[in-house]
Amino acid sequence: MISFNRVSKRYGEGRDALREITIEIAQDELVFLTGHSGAGKSTLLRLIMLMDRPSRGQVIVNGQNLAGVRPRNIPQHRRSIGVVFQNHQLLFDRTIFDNVALPLIIAGYEAREVGRRVRAALDKVGLLNRERAMPISLSGGEQQRVGIARAVVGKPKILLADEPTGNLDPTLSAEIMNLFEAFNQVGVTVLIASHDLVLISRLRHRIITLSQGCLVSGRAQ
Amino acid sequence: MKGQKDTGRRKEGASLSRTDLRGHVKAWIQHHRLSAADSLMRVLDSLGSSFLTWLVIGIALALPVGLNVALDNMTRVTAGWDSPAQISLFLQGEVSLDRLREIEVELAARDDVSETRAILRDEALDEFRTLSGFADVLASMQANPLPDVLLVTPDAALDGRGVSALRAELQGHSDVAEAVLDMEWLQRLNSLMALSRRLVLAIGGMLVVGVVLILGNTIRLAIESRRDEIVIVKLIGGSNGFVRRPFLYTGLWYGVGGGVLAALLVTAALWSLEKPISDLAMLYESAFQLSGFGVMGSLNLVILGGLLGLAGAWLAVSRHLARIEPR
Repeated sequence: MISFNRVSKRYGEGRDALREITIEIAQDELVFLTGHSGAGKSTLLRLIMLMDRPSRGQVIVNGQNLAGVRPRNIPQHRRSIGVVFQNHQLLFDRTIFDNVALPLIIAGYEAREVGRRVRAALDKVGLLNRERAMPISLSGGEQQRVGIARAVVGKPKILLADEPTGNLDPTLSAEIMNLFEAFNQVGVTVLIASHDLVLISRLRHRIITLSQGCLVSGRAQ
Repeated sequence: MKGQKDTGRRKEGASLSRTDLRGHVKAWIQHHRLSAADSLMRVLDSLGSSFLTWLVIGIALALPVGLNVALDNMTRVTAGWDSPAQISLFLQGEVSLDRLREIEVELAARDDVSETRAILRDEALDEFRTLSGFADVLASMQANPLPDVLLVTPDAALDGRGVSALRAELQGHSDVAEAVLDMEWLQRLNSLMALSRRLVLAIGGMLVVGVVLILGNTIRLAIESRRDEIVIVKLIGGSNGFVRRPFLYTGLWYGVGGGVLAALLVTAALWSLEKPISDLAMLYESAFQLSGFGVMGSLNLVILGGLLGLAGAWLAVSRHLARIEPR
């Protein structure tokens, strides 16, 4: 579903963010990506979302070589991927409902369908009763669950998460991870960048470790 | 590789059933409605600063439009001044006084001439002597250099072209040295008006550019203040068109509001001028009435404002939006 083939990324100042990375992630997998900050986790996610282009090598997502995606088709590519951000990236002047509905509005769903899907997504993350609330009135864990609802509302085949439990206590973190596992069980490919080794080693999934841009442990396939 | 891509795209196209397409169009219209409503709410939310923007645009549009209405009215006034022009016939030097009287009678009998008056060369010389102050110079002259003149007033029903034709015909008369239409002052006025119209056009053009730039700047600020939101929308797959839409509507609302205000300003100015002008017209025994620019004029002004708003927003959006990318 996601494959990196000898991918390197060098930023302008000569720093190698990724070096010769080769990874293959299958469709039904949930994979953790770990390593110290600056190890290249975020860069790897950015390449998948086309926020950056690799300096060398191939990235193939859902059968499409990303090198062939022209700038004007990037939005379409991003719509096929659900993303959960560490700092939630919610719109604070809109209700929970409107935040979760945003990807559907962008994709051009009809109002009735939007309502149905948003409620289904909010129900999955346990926030159905808060749809009219503003994000500011929610706790950090709840905000992150809104972010997850927004990421899955468009039923993407791929779900990316960048430090989704970064600011949460262990109990909430475990709950968030359970949510990701639930989505993985219905066939969504999940890739989670996290440095919470204690938490992710308890869950029985493949762990890929990066260090200074290199793959240091974890099966590549 | 290329072939593969193409078939993939075709498959996608084929799977877009008619109901899907209709749904997409519906959703697209719905987003337009949402953006329009959302932008209007934002404009109305900060009513104070929005009103100032409207006022700036309103004044900038009202100024040239108001001047243009004034010029239109002046054109209507002077249009009535074309016909009672006079044609001066300078006669040949050897025409006798009897012949002069003959010509005068002959001309007065014409349908297209309402009045004739003769100014004899001696009378003219006397008048010139007293009025010009060249008495000494004239006294030293042996002969009177001035010709006899016949002043011909064309029939009031004749328009400018008829008067010109009459002048041309009289010019052909064997005893007439030169026929001059006394319309120079009118021509001067007309060319002055044409110049004024040009000036109004130039001022209008500059103000229109100003309005577009002001709106562009206003929209640029709106874009800056919503930078985070734009980044998020782009992150989750919002196209440039999607991000652009609300800002274009914001520009539209500013422009339309400015157009409405401009129409109100011009109407108010005309209304306040109506009474003094009709008083003045009465003193001149004229039935002149100030003409406004009507419902269509107001509507055009509002549409113009809207278009300028869109243009300004487009300017800002095309310059600034593409630069905001998720980092």
